[in-house]
Amino acid sequence: MASAQRRGLQRWLPELAMAASLVILPFVFARWLGSVDLLTRILIWGVFGLGFDLLFGRTGLLSFGQGAFYGTGGFVTAYLLTAGLLNSVWLAMAIGIAAAAAFSVLVGYLALRRVGIYFTMITLAFGELAYFLENSPLARWTGGENGLPGVPAPSLQLDGFAYSFSGSWPSYQLVAGFYFAGFVFARFVVLSPVGSVLTAVRQNPARTAALGHDVRAYKFAVFVLAAAFAGCGGVLLGIFQSYMPPDAFALETSGQLVIQTVIGGAGTLIGPTVGAAIWLTLRDVLQTIPGVGDLWKFILGFVFVILVTFMPNGVVGTLLRLWSRQRSKPIEAPRGAVRQEARAAPEALLAPVSSARAAAPAPSTPFALEVKGLSKAYGGIHAVDGISLALPEGRLHAIIGPNGAGKSTFLRLIAREENPDTGQILLHGLDMAAADVTAAYQAGMAKSYQINQLFPQLTVRQNLRIGALGRYRGRLRLDVFRSADGFGDVERLVEALLEELDLAASADHAINTLAYGEKRRLELGLALACRPSVLLLDEPLAGLSPAEREGAKHLIRNLNKGRTIILVEHDMDAVFALAERITVLHEGRKLAEGTPKEISNDPLVREAYLGGAALP
Amino acid sequence: MPTLAQFLSQAFNGIALGSLLALIASGLSIILGTLGVLNFAHGAMFMLGAYTGFVVLSHWDSFAGALLLGALVLLVVGFCLERGLIRFYYRRPPEDQILVTFGLGIMIIEAVRYVFGPLSQRVPLPSWGQGIVNLGFFVYPLYRVQVIGIVALLLFAFYILLYRTRIGLVVRAGIEDPLMVELLGTHVRRMFLVVFCLGAMAAGIAGVIYAPLSAVIPNMGEPFLVQCFVVIVIGGLGSFPGAVVGGLIVGEILSLTTLFDPAYAQAAIYAVMTLVLIVRPRGLFGTMGRT
Repeated sequence: MASAQRRGLQRWLPELAMAASLVILPFVFARWLGSVDLLTRILIWGVFGLGFDLLFGRTGLLSFGQGAFYGTGGFVTAYLLTAGLLNSVWLAMAIGIAAAAAFSVLVGYLALRRVGIYFTMITLAFGELAYFLENSPLARWTGGENGLPGVPAPSLQLDGFAYSFSGSWPSYQLVAGFYFAGFVFARFVVLSPVGSVLTAVRQNPARTAALGHDVRAYKFAVFVLAAAFAGCGGVLLGIFQSYMPPDAFALETSGQLVIQTVIGGAGTLIGPTVGAAIWLTLRDVLQTIPGVGDLWKFILGFVFVILVTFMPNGVVGTLLRLWSRQRSKPIEAPRGAVRQEARAAPEALLAPVSSARAAAPAPSTPFALEVKGLSKAYGGIHAVDGISLALPEGRLHAIIGPNGAGKSTFLRLIAREENPDTGQILLHGLDMAAADVTAAYQAGMAKSYQINQLFPQLTVRQNLRIGALGRYRGRLRLDVFRSADGFGDVERLVEALLEELDLAASADHAINTLAYGEKRRLELGLALACRPSVLLLDEPLAGLSPAEREGAKHLIRNLNKGRTIILVEHDMDAVFALAERITVLHEGRKLAEGTPKEISNDPLVREAYLGGAALP
Repeated sequence: MPTLAQFLSQAFNGIALGSLLALIASGLSIILGTLGVLNFAHGAMFMLGAYTGFVVLSHWDSFAGALLLGALVLLVVGFCLERGLIRFYYRRPPEDQILVTFGLGIMIIEAVRYVFGPLSQRVPLPSWGQGIVNLGFFVYPLYRVQVIGIVALLLFAFYILLYRTRIGLVVRAGIEDPLMVELLGTHVRRMFLVVFCLGAMAAGIAGVIYAPLSAVIPNMGEPFLVQCFVVIVIGGLGSFPGAVVGGLIVGEILSLTTLFDPAYAQAAIYAVMTLVLIVRPRGLFGTMGRT
């Protein structure tokens, strides 16, 4: 189990390697690459990049406006110090970083209203806005096109002995210190449950939200964090140069950060630093070559396009991939041992937990789920038209109907993925009108999808963990100093699920190596990780072989113990074998409802839905 | 307070600038709407058009020739880029598409800088565009009036192409639902090539028209690219009327704010964009459900 090893020395190996590199590298740079200043510059970009890597590399949010926060941090600190408003350089640095974060709250609030391409456009626009503000309206304070010269360096005072961080080597020590602290913190974030959620958001935001995580809040958190890192980078730049340049705000700065991150490798933390090293040294080297000098940026642009096209993981990402491919071969053996202890009481572990039931007014309804007059129309089409349903606890209720009858829409409405036009949904008597899909999951209602909604780049175990963490930690928790695999209850639940779903053998395999049937079981497992009291199954048998169907039917019957289930399914044999009651939908309306026997004998159903043929 | 004549003259400047923005943004917008690709090289394409105008107009006094050659250069560039690179990106995440077009933009700008040098160059007005015209309240440079007319004609032609021809029908359908268009048997990929070239040509032609108004410089496209993003956010993704109305709004805001305090001209358009994002996140003409 990878998690057990991670807690030992291996957890700290990257930090140790980083510390060693930061001690050795300045001598290498001073000896062979001119001066240590180049390395200092690279590390300033690196601090900037650590935050951006969490934002873009981890979470997939491509911002083209990071320069806004880089500049804000730098200029606020520079202004406070050069205007003589503050004497403490350290305090001014802290305020600069806080100002960058505060600005990002505003930008993030607006930019995160939209996703994907729109997010990129809006961040870029706000980056430009910051540039213009610095250049003219705020020029009185920022120096406009001239920037702010004369930024002092901080110093340490110990027993009357003062050490100032000005000059080449002391600057390096300051920047390297910040870089190391930032790296350690970023590593904590990556290994924490927050890091897992961010990775999940990048791979499948909709499912992450459906597994109880407040996706927008997490995005917001990482956006602000990235801005704080950017602000820190800007602060360090001003101090290192004793001058804060206005082009820190320029689109060029934001663009260079993106390029360096992609060249180095997004999602690797040190990628942006490596990218900066490549960019800055290549620029210096190319510019000295006669005839080529003027084309240095063209060449770097060309290299960038080639890298994006053929090496999307960047330099570090590609190296890591080769490295892990070499190592990952003989890792199969030692798994059985851990599994046995977990086998102890899977029944109890998997038992439903209902927050809604706990939250509902005491002598609540006998119904686990009650739906009253639910309607949804798209344009002129009434997909769901006034359907009511009441399910007592433990009921397995099937919904059938021809294609386009509104079954899937009905399920989406109940799961709160969409808002109904009219109607009411009560979960254990609790009105779900204000709840979104995330809240529904938190209340103990989970859905398994017709088309697999997995996290393709995570292992089976990690997939299940995302689901289990969602219910265990709540909508949002910024527990960045905990390990994602450090929740005992969550790990035991995941082990029990692996066992129950017969996925233990492939627990640490990537999703793309799984057979279709296994993926289907994992899809169901994600919903089960909620330990739902109400389970919504959208065609769980779709695409399975006859043998697998038997297994799945057995599993569904098992899950029904103490749990309410709505089953939407086309496999009539399965429906009539499993369901206690069946609702037949036709063109968005309820055509009939009853026991399987009643339904199979209903002439209306036979006529309208089955073309008069006899049912089993 | 500015006089009425100043106000009207700036309002006219706003229409001239706004109509140009509308032309560039509509090119960017149909590419985005149909291909799903946010073309970060669009500003560089605009700049290529301007340099084509510069080369032609400094040797021959033929504005029509400059327009034709500008369109042709961008047709070729658009064709090569789409066939050579962009088409391999349709199945990749939008972030990758942004990155690759961003890189292409840098390469185009740097190539032009290498050939023509980093300094700005004056572009002569066409002989029939020199002088001023009396518009009653105020006198106004003739060429700017002509620009408004030329761009209006071009936008009208664009409108006819999009709303009155079979190609336009397919393009608009593709913006609504690309998968459905493919399922109905239209060769979507070939349509993508056409749309990409059209979008590139719109930027190029706008560049030719803009060149004599200002000067040409290799990174001249950058502010236009950013302003086009603002136009699209205001007007709505993939919407031609949105691009036109958004372009005019942005052009007017830029010009009229300059009248009172130039320092706030740029800030003002972002303020309006922010307002639209809060009040109507999908943009003025955007359709529901597109994010």
